[in-house]
Amino acid sequence: MAKIPVQFTLNGAEKAEFIDSGTTLLHALRDKIGDTSPKGGCHQGTCGACSVIIDGELRLSCLTLAETCNGAAITTTSGLSQGGVLHPLQRAFLDAFATQCGFCTPGMIMAAKVLLDHTPDPSRDEVVEALSGNICRCTGYEPIIQAVLTAARSNSQNAA
Amino acid sequence: MALALQTFSTVKDANAALKAAGTRYLGGGTLVVRGANEGDVSVSSLIRSTEPALSAITVSGDNVRIGASLTMAAIAGHPNLVALARAARAVGGPAIRNMATVGGNLFAPAPYGDFTVALLALDAIVSTEGGEKPIETFLAKRQSNHAIVTEVGFTLPAEGLRFLKVSRVKPKGVSVLSIAAVLEQAPDGTVSSAHIALGCMADRPMRAKAAEEALLGRKLTSDGIAPALAVASDGTSPVTDPIASAWYRNEVLPVHLGRLLLA
Amino acid sequence: MELRKSYFADQRKDDLHEIGQPRPRSDSPGHVTGKTAYFADRNFPGMLHLKMVRSPYHHARIRSIDTSEAQMHPGVVKILTAKDVPHNVYTILILIQIGPEDETVLADGKVRWKGEAVVAVLAETERAAQEATAKVKVDYEVLPAVFDMEEALKPGAPVVNEYHGRNYYLYDSGECRKVRFGDVEAGFAGADHVLEQTYQSSPIEHAPTETTGCIVAPEGNDRFTCYTNTQAMFFTLDNASIILQMPGNRLHFVGGTVGGGFGGKVDVIVEPIAILGAKLTGRPVSFIYSREEEMQISSPRAAEKVVIKDGAMKDGRIVARKVTGYTDAGAYSRHSPYGAQKGAGHYPGPYTIPNVWIDTYCVYTNRTPSSAMRGFGVTIGDFALEVQMDKLARLIGMDPLEFRFINAYRDGDMKAHRQPTEGAALIECMQEASRAANWPVAEKFMAMSSYAKGA
Repeated sequence: MAKIPVQFTLNGAEKAEFIDSGTTLLHALRDKIGDTSPKGGCHQGTCGACSVIIDGELRLSCLTLAETCNGAAITTTSGLSQGGVLHPLQRAFLDAFATQCGFCTPGMIMAAKVLLDHTPDPSRDEVVEALSGNICRCTGYEPIIQAVLTAARSNSQNAA
Repeated sequence: MALALQTFSTVKDANAALKAAGTRYLGGGTLVVRGANEGDVSVSSLIRSTEPALSAITVSGDNVRIGASLTMAAIAGHPNLVALARAARAVGGPAIRNMATVGGNLFAPAPYGDFTVALLALDAIVSTEGGEKPIETFLAKRQSNHAIVTEVGFTLPAEGLRFLKVSRVKPKGVSVLSIAAVLEQAPDGTVSSAHIALGCMADRPMRAKAAEEALLGRKLTSDGIAPALAVASDGTSPVTDPIASAWYRNEVLPVHLGRLLLA
Repeated sequence: MELRKSYFADQRKDDLHEIGQPRPRSDSPGHVTGKTAYFADRNFPGMLHLKMVRSPYHHARIRSIDTSEAQMHPGVVKILTAKDVPHNVYTILILIQIGPEDETVLADGKVRWKGEAVVAVLAETERAAQEATAKVKVDYEVLPAVFDMEEALKPGAPVVNEYHGRNYYLYDSGECRKVRFGDVEAGFAGADHVLEQTYQSSPIEHAPTETTGCIVAPEGNDRFTCYTNTQAMFFTLDNASIILQMPGNRLHFVGGTVGGGFGGKVDVIVEPIAILGAKLTGRPVSFIYSREEEMQISSPRAAEKVVIKDGAMKDGRIVARKVTGYTDAGAYSRHSPYGAQKGAGHYPGPYTIPNVWIDTYCVYTNRTPSSAMRGFGVTIGDFALEVQMDKLARLIGMDPLEFRFINAYRDGDMKAHRQPTEGAALIECMQEASRAANWPVAEKFMAMSSYAKGA
């Protein structure tokens, strides 16, 4: 079958690929572009491990067809650290022991980033709600919630 | 056959393409792409339309029309649709709400489709290129619907929309059941009109007609609603799934309906 | 977190420099940057996708398998059935001489649980493999099935697994693992209270976020690299070596990074068939469970049934305990004979009881084979034991925590398995729990010690 072109920015860099029609963004990112930070945990929209940010909104890359992302700006967890310096969320996840097996972590960080982008000083309930589409089977969530709250505080301190 | 996507600028052209075998309309992807990922090989061609009307919200007075491509997040955040925000936020997590559409929710099998429960209580009208249908009629034959749903319309209820979703996981989980109610009360407090819709109590959202009838002329007190609760499960045939058994859903329905009516 | 160094201070040097100190995890930087490489984060040109045709029945004879139409499906490269597997009948604990071999890699003549692997399809794309699985025709003769352990143990029940010939695992001790200590019937006869209760549990799925899977790459020299998320690397390598009749030095396993396991990734399920596919096609093969397969096909924690009969005195001493445990292995052994044996080793719990009788059975049914999960063989038993302890305390009219102090094992006590207790710390744990939970107990219990008898 004829390949179709897709073009978008990934973590600020221009990307162009020829893909099969019907390819999910998750597969395009992982298998074509080589960004394996989004994970395939369920391929049915229930685990959140494949979460990415598309034009500022949290999306599930396993349920998004790549060809619908032409011209979009896509952010993944692999693009967060700049020049070897961890993003405050990454730092907070690391310090708070918010990772165990690590498989849910990139999706969790994406969900948390969208929250802090829109709500810099969230309440605990808002954090819980923002992470409610992301499943973690190891931590029991509490360290993750604390990490997001910590990152929000460190952001506001930096801003002040 | 491999899966392929076809995009059309108009609903008319997309509807024409949907006449071919093995096609299905792609809304937000939360049902259709999931199906493909899970090995549903009956669909080989996904069709979508980018017609702007599908993404429009019109609110004039109490009359609302919502384009079928609108997402749950768009509805939850719309200043004129506060009455629907709770039902829209009941769907999925944040990412799902950024994707799942009003049109798609009409086709979501139990235990999904919480937003449609609200639309059913609102007695919404479902529009396709072929005309308009009351939502109850539409839902009854939704599996044989082959035309793209373009919009849903309804009147904002004067006394608000009551909505409750029950799930085992907090704050967000798949529904044990969901209930939406639109009630009108006479000046003496008695119920003059009741629309109660239930989710997960059948394979698709259904009206609790016996409970609606039993509520007429009654006050919203424990005693007043007792007859309605007693018949809440009339005509239900709930799904049994990993979330809950049919027996459990029937057992807890009156409890939650009571809480919603007394809230 | 506070580290209480006062406990057992005289038994060790005060040189704990790591314990009680936060230390960064070495794997966290990879996790938070998305750089950690899980098995599926590898992509090989020309990789084939393996999808399994599975049994729709709990118990059935296979009359025939017709793969001709599937073979013709565009994109299909290879179809595997039982005859393609060099050593098709296996059991994973054979590595430690626990047989008999009782499970098929691909079903041969019979299926014994709903979801059992029958035919493997390898195709250029996942979609083509999915489409082709629908074209494999298997003719089944449905057989009576048994799902309940007690039904399975009754005479005349359908025999689940012919390799055992009976619906329980035959230990060297007979139909069950047994512990006999003192005279349990005399204990009950002299007891002030006797309480018999039954506890049951359902299978529990680990539900890891990353599903079970592997990617196998042929290295071109008749060696194969298997990227896997198994929790048991060498165990899996050795079993794959047996199943494939291939020397272990031709298998290179790469793994150790597991996206959640909890014991659910210790069964040797995906690797042998994927390696076989890579060997027979000469191409890389990916075999990854769908979410549905993870939930329905991968081994859960076994369903268990535990019957506990206790005799206790008015002063709180338990004088006799009889436990009968049943572990539902499902259709195949996997780790369950070991799980049931662990149960026998674990009862009667961390309590000193003079008269003990324990029987634990590993039972075969036509349910999904169960296997390891966090403390399997012990966790459900502990639930049962501790609920039983609460019930006993209530029956006697005693505080449940004080009741446990009275019966707690201490160093030097003879356990039912005839091993003297060493290194006990239950007393101290309960003392700390009493403080932490603000659940006060009598001063004499707070003065007790695990190793100073009479203190």
